[in-house]
Amino acid sequence: MEFAELIKTPRVDGVVLHRPFMPTVEGTLCLTGHHLILSSRQDNTEELWLLHSNIDSIEKRFLGSLGTIIVKCKDLRMIQLDIPGMEECLNIGSSIEALSTLDSVSLMYPYFYRPMFEVIEDGWNSFLPEDAFKDLEAMTDEWRLSEVNRDFRVCTTYPPLVAVPRDVDDDTLRKAAGFRHGGRFPVLSYYHKKNGMVMMRSGQPLTGTNGRRCKEDERLINATLRPGKRGYVIDTRTISVAQQAKARGGGFETEANYPQWRRIHKAIERSNVLQDSLVKLVEACNDQSHSMDRWLSKLEASNWQTHVKEILTTACLAAQCIDREGASVLVHGTEGTDSTLQVTSLAQIILDPACRTIQGFQGLVEREWLQAGHPFAQRCSMSAYSNSKPRHEAPGFLLFLDCVWQVLRQFPCSFQFTEQLLVLLFEHAYASQFGTFLGNSAAERVRLSLPEKTVSLWSWVNRPQEIDHLSNPLYEPNSLVIWPSVAPQSLLLWEGVFLRWNRSPRCQEEAHEEMVHIIEYNKELQNKVNSLRRQLAQLETQEPPLQTP
Amino acid sequence: EEHERYFNVEQVRLLDRFSSKSTSGTLYLTATHLIFVESSPSSPSSVLHHHIASVEKLSLTTTGCPLVIQCRNFRVVHFVLQRERDCHDIYSSLLRLLRPVAYEELYAFSYNPKQNDQQREEGWQLIDLGAEYERMGVPCDQWQLTDVNRDFKVCETYPRDLYVPITANKPIIVGSSKFRSKGRFPVLTYFYQEKKAAVCRCSQPLSGFSARCLEDESMLQAISKANHNSRFVYVMDTRPKLNALANRAAGKGYENEDNYSNIRFQFVGIENIHVMRASLQKLLEVIGNRSLSMSDYLMGIEGCGWLRHVKAVVDAAIFLTKAVTVEGASVLVHCSDGWDRTAQVCSLGALLMDPYYRTIKGFMVLIEKDWISFGHKFADRCDQLDGDPKEVSPVFTQFLECVWQLTEQFPQAFEFSEWFLLQIHEHVHSCQYGNFLGNNQRQREELQLREKTHSLWAFLMEEQQNYQNPFYSSVYGKTHPVLEPSTLPYHFKFWRNMYHQFDRSMHPRQSILKTIHTLKETSLKSAQTLRALENPGAAATLPDQRQPRPPAPQLPHPGEEATESTDTDRTVEGSSGTDSRKQSYGELEGSYEDGDEMTKEEPAVVSLEFGMARMTC
Repeated sequence: MEFAELIKTPRVDGVVLHRPFMPTVEGTLCLTGHHLILSSRQDNTEELWLLHSNIDSIEKRFLGSLGTIIVKCKDLRMIQLDIPGMEECLNIGSSIEALSTLDSVSLMYPYFYRPMFEVIEDGWNSFLPEDAFKDLEAMTDEWRLSEVNRDFRVCTTYPPLVAVPRDVDDDTLRKAAGFRHGGRFPVLSYYHKKNGMVMMRSGQPLTGTNGRRCKEDERLINATLRPGKRGYVIDTRTISVAQQAKARGGGFETEANYPQWRRIHKAIERSNVLQDSLVKLVEACNDQSHSMDRWLSKLEASNWQTHVKEILTTACLAAQCIDREGASVLVHGTEGTDSTLQVTSLAQIILDPACRTIQGFQGLVEREWLQAGHPFAQRCSMSAYSNSKPRHEAPGFLLFLDCVWQVLRQFPCSFQFTEQLLVLLFEHAYASQFGTFLGNSAAERVRLSLPEKTVSLWSWVNRPQEIDHLSNPLYEPNSLVIWPSVAPQSLLLWEGVFLRWNRSPRCQEEAHEEMVHIIEYNKELQNKVNSLRRQLAQLETQEPPLQTP
Repeated sequence: EEHERYFNVEQVRLLDRFSSKSTSGTLYLTATHLIFVESSPSSPSSVLHHHIASVEKLSLTTTGCPLVIQCRNFRVVHFVLQRERDCHDIYSSLLRLLRPVAYEELYAFSYNPKQNDQQREEGWQLIDLGAEYERMGVPCDQWQLTDVNRDFKVCETYPRDLYVPITANKPIIVGSSKFRSKGRFPVLTYFYQEKKAAVCRCSQPLSGFSARCLEDESMLQAISKANHNSRFVYVMDTRPKLNALANRAAGKGYENEDNYSNIRFQFVGIENIHVMRASLQKLLEVIGNRSLSMSDYLMGIEGCGWLRHVKAVVDAAIFLTKAVTVEGASVLVHCSDGWDRTAQVCSLGALLMDPYYRTIKGFMVLIEKDWISFGHKFADRCDQLDGDPKEVSPVFTQFLECVWQLTEQFPQAFEFSEWFLLQIHEHVHSCQYGNFLGNNQRQREELQLREKTHSLWAFLMEEQQNYQNPFYSSVYGKTHPVLEPSTLPYHFKFWRNMYHQFDRSMHPRQSILKTIHTLKETSLKSAQTLRALENPGAAATLPDQRQPRPPAPQLPHPGEEATESTDTDRTVEGSSGTDSRKQSYGELEGSYEDGDEMTKEEPAVVSLEFGMARMTC
């Protein structure tokens, strides 16, 4: 086992752990292949059990023979370890650096993890495309499930099964795929039951500078329109970015070739810009200086809230086209694996009450992110503290979760889950014992045998006790479309993630507990009243009314 | 109560501030209110004349004559009238009505909530400051009640009853008062019993460049001697040092440490009323912008400096609290006249030190003591009468905001919710109750407010269940008697529910606070029903489930329509299907033919306001 080679000092005694808002702990530090463990050996409390893959970067400092390692995690936590002995400290430091940046996927913890809980339902089978399609079939016969991508040859980033218009054959799909970035031909993302309008997503059309067109692509997307209806193409890029894409073979749908479609350009930023934004935001949040103005400037300069507003606005626009304008929508940016998915998934949160349940939200993440080919492995390999130059890293999924949180804040009674589920998904997307977020596409997950060799996050989440923990006590199913406000005054900084480690969690938790208590007390009383009323009614029907003396 | 109707104008359109939506109806002008009644049946909305800060007639457009009204509760109402003449009539009438020249013209003198004299009298007796000082533990062996100001002779802006150290005799008091701006000599405002440390307040000394006053020095000495826990007294000058220095040229200034034995002098740098007025004005300009970008919003908030000023006040209160509770030292707080920044810092400090002030009743007492009795110039600062615009300043609003920022950090520490703060703010400007009228106690007595008007406190007390914070834990005050807020900048947030209280589209569509309130209410009823069911003898008194619920409280409930809160237990304010129109997500305006719903959109645009609710009762 090569882990042993990377661990020069597996154990150090007398290590002191410092964490914000928690008492310091002295204990023994142990390194294993996947974990950094600190045990106080008093009872079994106060232990640190940290996945190496959660470590974004470390910082070493020395004061005499006392070394200090600051561990900066992908979930934005920062902890400090004081390690006696310079050599020990150096060894620990280099081991952590090596173990937290292992290249080979097969060495990742999910391949070694054995669940300590009983798997009731295998999460790998919880959200299969064929099951989702059954729901669609019940509503309409206008769509079919195509196996054109069965062996991932037409599109390497699509799942084997995709929903397409019934009247379009696989041959047309293949040709349309040749005309779309990464072979991502337009597929169904969402069907709006209320009016039969749809949302589709794809990669950009490869028109290039000489305005190439593709009859099959035109036929495919026109097949999604009802007679006499028009649709909207929402291009998540600005018109100038879209123009520039032509030079690299990309482009957009021109009015001449797509007369039934009206194009709208929005300005959702691309990956490297977003990564930079995250780094700046986290820096601002960790700035302990007390100046009001510096905080606001830094928050502004990070542009994070601007991205949130832009993404949410675009999603609202897509939802508005579908629900209010009664038009179908095609969403794409360049590759169709990032901003496109932010928009299509958020629009569903707004339009579809089913996506606001615990199961439904998992299904949404599975469909619109995992199956849809968001490259999680590339995007989430580094977080805000990494010192290396970002290659493909981008917090696109985190931004999506942030936007969901904003909607949740504005409709606190319309979601079955609490903020906790969103935080959990953020954590697991970046570092996890489960295999769900490994790999970049459905094809890769098959190649890596993830369903066979690892445990799905959904297997763990969908146990009764976990569902209970994530449930929103205020939830009251709301079958309506929910329109959030996107005014800057209505959008807040997501403290639950960005200030999570900088504030004392106690107050908020206690208030939450109080709320749960009030709700439970209310339920309990209602139940008692109902049961007494039933008894009373029974008595009345059984006996003639008694004459009270 | 029938209102004197001056006149009405039909076919008036009311525009939404942040969208292209409008409703039409009839505008009525009465002696006290401007009322808009929509054509489609819904609850009317009204604007109290006293709430109006400014009226502006914009230039004539093709659709009519626009009239924009800015209110002190941060509501902005935009009407479009068909005829220029009507617009001018309303405009000139409002100009005449909105700023009375005499106190007797204020609404409080005509407002009649159907109470008899005894009830009114009891309302005024609700808050008793003498009892409050007793609660703190004064008079005691070191602090006494003095009658020097019985006739407002020593200081006309102070109350009659004042507490001073036992060693401060009349000559010392009178001498000291002559050396202090407006005669506001050092007096006790809060006594921290645990350490016998006192919080005292005064105005700046008339020290100029070198003047000194032995009686004033003795006064500070007396304050110091009254506390055996500390060898010195902190003197907190809440102004920026530069301002204090500038005051020296006018014969005023600050204490010279060389002349006063045992003091530690400290500037804390809160800006003056003019800076605060300009700052809030800028804030309102920023947030009133219709298509505000995130960058402009954040830079605008920073640029106006409002949150920086709020933080400065909280910082000062924390300094005061630490000096008293940790060091056990007494502190003397002043600014220039000692009725603006001093009131903010003393009251906020007391709120941090004493859990009592975090209750509904205690908070009323705190305002009564530090603001009303010690002569915060409400009439001038809130522009009650036609006065000097340079005297107007949102000092009290800023104090309420500081409290709100604390409630955000300590969700369990306060008995009251944000609604309480908003309601108080509402009535500081409504001039509907007598409490805040005038500039000081003496003036209030002359106006015979206790005889001629009603007390807000009694009204709030009666409705107190509406203002309760459902997360409040009375134990919290015992485990955390002193609050230690963090002053890291991200704890200071924009108070949307204050500054956008009337802009419905800005608010969360569902309110946790309201939901929990409703739940608590149903729990209470269920418990009653349960008792009745479990006790068969009382079966006759069983409440009928179908019996109509009592009317929902008229809360300053941000952004919700009155019609929504009455019938169901929990209102799902999810979209009426038309919400998306109010929102501009961009790009789509006018792109397609509008459907038929355009005409019958939501009910009242502006939520029902209290002025109205009170008026009709």
